[in-house]
Amino acid sequence: MKTDHKKMRFDLQLIADWIEPGSRVLDLGCGSGDLLFYLKKNKQVAGTGIENDEDKAAQCINKGLSVLQGDINEEVLDYPDNAFDYVILSQTLQQVYEPHKLISNLLKIGKKVIVSFPNFSNWRIRMQIFFTGYAPKSRQLPYEWYDTPNIRVITIKDFRRFVKKTGCRIINEVAINTHSHDRQGKIISFLSNLRATYGIFLIEKKDH
Amino acid sequence: MSEYAVRNNDGNSVGIVEKRTFTFAEPPDTMALESGVKLGPINIAYETIGQLNADRSNVILITHALSGDSHVAGYYTEKDKKPGWWEIMVGPGKGIDTDRYFVVCANILGGCMGSTGPSSINPASGKAYGLDFPVVTIGDMVKAQKALLDHLGIKKLLAVVGGSIGGMQVLEWSLRYPEMVTAAIPLATTTRHSALAIAFNEVGRQAIMADPNWNRGNYYDGPRPNLGLAVARMIGHVTYLSDESMRQKFGRRLQDKRDFSFNFDADFQVESYLRHQGSKFVERFDANSFLYITKAADYFDLKNQHGAGSQVEAFAKAQAKFLVVSFTSDWLYPTYQSKAMVKAMKKNGLDVSFCEIKADCGHDAFLLPNARLASLIKGFLERVQLES
Repeated sequence: MKTDHKKMRFDLQLIADWIEPGSRVLDLGCGSGDLLFYLKKNKQVAGTGIENDEDKAAQCINKGLSVLQGDINEEVLDYPDNAFDYVILSQTLQQVYEPHKLISNLLKIGKKVIVSFPNFSNWRIRMQIFFTGYAPKSRQLPYEWYDTPNIRVITIKDFRRFVKKTGCRIINEVAINTHSHDRQGKIISFLSNLRATYGIFLIEKKDH
Repeated sequence: MSEYAVRNNDGNSVGIVEKRTFTFAEPPDTMALESGVKLGPINIAYETIGQLNADRSNVILITHALSGDSHVAGYYTEKDKKPGWWEIMVGPGKGIDTDRYFVVCANILGGCMGSTGPSSINPASGKAYGLDFPVVTIGDMVKAQKALLDHLGIKKLLAVVGGSIGGMQVLEWSLRYPEMVTAAIPLATTTRHSALAIAFNEVGRQAIMADPNWNRGNYYDGPRPNLGLAVARMIGHVTYLSDESMRQKFGRRLQDKRDFSFNFDADFQVESYLRHQGSKFVERFDANSFLYITKAADYFDLKNQHGAGSQVEAFAKAQAKFLVVSFTSDWLYPTYQSKAMVKAMKKNGLDVSFCEIKADCGHDAFLLPNARLASLIKGFLERVQLES
């Protein structure tokens, strides 16, 4: 079953390692369900996914996952408090119109929330702005300023500060160097805000 | 509905099936209806496909819509031109795989395809019931199906599957007998009719009742209200299609002519199509059954009947895993109605999957060939069987 693990996107492999077996998991923007499928098979979680794309949502249901087609911002409003042990928002935060509202909603319905996002302060991005003067493009964020779905510019430092302000706390964090769909990558522990392409955080409410 | 059923040329069919009849509520017994009236005896026509496994855990109940019947798939004889109404979905290796599951489908109470309804003989008078037949509800239909399953010795359903009015029965099953239903697949349906849906039904009923042959429902010895029923069917068909599907299928094309006839013959293809659907329908359907079934659909209100006005409260009783499916161009039961039931299920912590399938053929999409729908149902059923 370890082979399944390696088949997933690198950030999902690390996220999977944080999930306790048998827990209740909500995966937002679950795509075609790689992570949920892995967690169901290997960690016996009770998983639910939300995916806006009909094609991907249908693929998930076909492979036996419990998935709702819909918009994550709306769908998260319908769950009772603490309905999940983990709520996962992977590589989506940068596309959310109201991140603060969404994350506080996630902290309501989930005991713990896992967030991963592309780190905008990676040195390559910094260099691009510095030397070319244009809005940066990278393999993680390969769009022009006018057609990008990634409307939020987030850095690892930004997110740490955001968590503090939101009144919750970081349980675990890891910075990685990988490309958006790559299955391989490495963990960055030194100068992560400068060197990592992605940050992954496990957060919870302070009063928890 | 069955106008979509076409002979399967790939030979992938369940083959010959047999219609059976189960009779219950015989004197001195009766079945108490939701209206308080006691009805009996009751015949329920049903068909089964596939093999019931040893622990009786592979049963799928399929519930049909307004004009469907117990003949869900296969043929009655070798010579039959038309298979059952869901031949594309039910069969070996299909979305509902008859190699794995034991499928039961029964004609609804109030129908006219073998189950007791207004065209049946009233034992009190020796003549057809007509309007003496009591008004039945979706709940009553489900109660009668439960009696059939009791008779067949089936205590647990792996799944209940159905679209439209069949979907209402699926929802009713999941709340009326929650401990019996492992999984429920309501397709293109609603928890309560909108004013729009009631309005179309009422126009259909008025068309029937305005036909002089209807004779207050007492027409079984004379000419039938075929014109009224045909018009009702035409209206129904408009609600099953969509703007897009009608534009593609007919546009403003003329039927077998190059110019207008300047009279009231069918000039446009869409007119000709609707007239054809109407006249075909009267050959196989009873006008009074149309009145009773549409009324049952209009009365259906899960919120009030099971939740004292609250949709969330209503689904508190449910235990099933749900797969809810809607279609983008369905304007009879639009997606927002499916989303509302999904919301209530989520608030109750139920295991629910939902997919809105892009389809431009309107409400009837669930009856048409659709690879996506078949694979959704197949994947979902395999999972619930594995987990049960």
